[in-house]
Amino acid sequence: MTAPSELQLTMLRRMLLIRRFEEKTAEAYALGKIGGFCHLYIGQEAVAVGCLSALREDDYAISSYREHGQALVRGIPPGVVMAELFGKATGCSKGKGGSMHLFDAGRRFMGGHGIVGGHIPLAAGIAFAVKYQGGDQVCVCFFGEAAVNIGAFHEALNMASVWKLPVIFLCENNRYGMGTAFERVAAVTDVVEHACSYDMAAEMVDGMNVLTVYDAARRAVERARKGGHPTLLEVRTYRYMGHSMSDPLHGVYRTKDEVEEQKKKDPITQLAEKLKEDKAIDQAALDAMDAEIHAEVDEAVKFADESPDPDLSELYTDVLAD
Amino acid sequence: MPTLTYRDALNQALREEMQRDPSVFLMGEEVGVYQGAYKVSRGLLEEFGAQRVVDTPIAELGFAGIGVGAAMAGLRPVIEFMTWNFALLALDQIVNAAAKMLYMSGGQLRMPIVFRGPNGAALQLSSQHSQAWESWLAHIPGLKVVAPATPADAKGLLKSAIRDNNPVIVLEGEMLYNLKGEVPEGEHLVPIGRADVKREGTDVTLICHSKTVSVALKAAEQLAEQNVSAEVVDLRSLRPLDETAILTSVAKTNRAVVVEEGWPHAGIGAQVVDIIQRDAFDQLDAPVQRVTQADVPMPYNKHLERAAKASPEKVAAAARRVLYLE
Repeated sequence: MTAPSELQLTMLRRMLLIRRFEEKTAEAYALGKIGGFCHLYIGQEAVAVGCLSALREDDYAISSYREHGQALVRGIPPGVVMAELFGKATGCSKGKGGSMHLFDAGRRFMGGHGIVGGHIPLAAGIAFAVKYQGGDQVCVCFFGEAAVNIGAFHEALNMASVWKLPVIFLCENNRYGMGTAFERVAAVTDVVEHACSYDMAAEMVDGMNVLTVYDAARRAVERARKGGHPTLLEVRTYRYMGHSMSDPLHGVYRTKDEVEEQKKKDPITQLAEKLKEDKAIDQAALDAMDAEIHAEVDEAVKFADESPDPDLSELYTDVLAD
Repeated sequence: MPTLTYRDALNQALREEMQRDPSVFLMGEEVGVYQGAYKVSRGLLEEFGAQRVVDTPIAELGFAGIGVGAAMAGLRPVIEFMTWNFALLALDQIVNAAAKMLYMSGGQLRMPIVFRGPNGAALQLSSQHSQAWESWLAHIPGLKVVAPATPADAKGLLKSAIRDNNPVIVLEGEMLYNLKGEVPEGEHLVPIGRADVKREGTDVTLICHSKTVSVALKAAEQLAEQNVSAEVVDLRSLRPLDETAILTSVAKTNRAVVVEEGWPHAGIGAQVVDIIQRDAFDQLDAPVQRVTQADVPMPYNKHLERAAKASPEKVAAAARRVLYLE
């Protein structure tokens, strides 16, 4: 089931794109070009890339507010994502959503959602619609481990299991809900164990290894597509940055040493080293790929910079549909 | 024209719309096997099957959210709450998800979903089961809110709500399910956002909706015995509000009383009064009066409960006050 090397190279490229995009995002935020809350994905790239690389184009994905990475992997052009972060008219949500509400219905990216856990039932609903319409698509729902303490998580898992909905609940366990360590607020700290309560298949996955994530996602997708059985994936990952741009890198709730220790398992370095060992890529090609991505991200910033703000008349559009 | 109960008029609307459009489905607690807590969904499971008449666990937040997700993927869900008191648990999905989806997606995701169920006090159900939620819901841009008072309007508004491409809140009067009235057969659509004059008059306008329409009509009868001609304007839709209908009637009578089941503070009546003071100030011959539930949680004792509710006597007294008759 291991990904073919061509796909592995694609996954490397996707992870690098997210990393460079997010670095640029942090820069633009510091320059005041991005406002509000902005949650970066650096360190967690393998989760979005590994999982979404196992999907078809007509499958659905939905996420929380830490969703720049998922949006990029679903194929929204970096310039269009950056324009949304800048609040521009050319953004994927016309500048009305911002960092937390990236949408592209055409690419079946059903949004970034800002209320912790609130979108988990939406994922089950999308899967309900797929089953109702007789389709064989699946819906992947990304959320953090802090959402597991919310009622919406439990209600959605229960109904998804009772009704055998083709949904994959993907918990990105990055250990901290904002500044609160999971073990301080959760009686059960292995999220996968919650699957027992709902008679659901589950796997614990190393989220720093993109190929492991891909393999687990493939199994879950197959389970959903064949029989409409949901899966709970707990993907253990780590964010290098603060919870949002307002937070310091490690803050008072974790040590700098802990962050540095985690960086040794960096998902991009891991895959790059493996591909070099496999002779699928050499350092020169890797440098060229990185340079190309840097240019692509610079171009995205330029596009966002040069794009117009939404016209003031847009204030009152899209409140109600015709 | 056939005479139906409010309950059966709603049932007819659901049945006709489910026959018309296979993407319409009903989901909620006890809607299927049990035939509906208030029997609104009677016979639908037998006709449409378990895929389209879906019994849920008691998990309002969860199944409301599943409805929202299904609407995102192209279905037209009708989500039934056993009562709106329980829907409070689902407010995150109604307010944060359904109402904002179109806007925050930059116009990409329409939200053709209906949230419906009984609203307002019944009899001796005490504080947690006797509440009118319209002012909460009508506050939210991105929602439409309707509150039919008659069987014909119940059918026509529910059909319009199901065909609407926006989230529509249908507030059914808990005490109205047995109310009988003539209901047009087949294609009967009441447009959302249009009030209806339920009784014509010239001396004072009684503005009301849902259960308070019958309260106002009784008050109008009492007033007629005192030679006061009251006009009863049924708002029917609380968002959007039919401002023209309100202003037209006030221009005719120059006096108004606003009646609602909810509490006074920041209630629907406050919004109606705001419209009148702004756009009909020069036509008013007296300050507008409001009749609401007493500003207390609903008590259980029946004498206290009666004292808390809007009544024809209270409405008639308010009308006499705006006419300076008492």
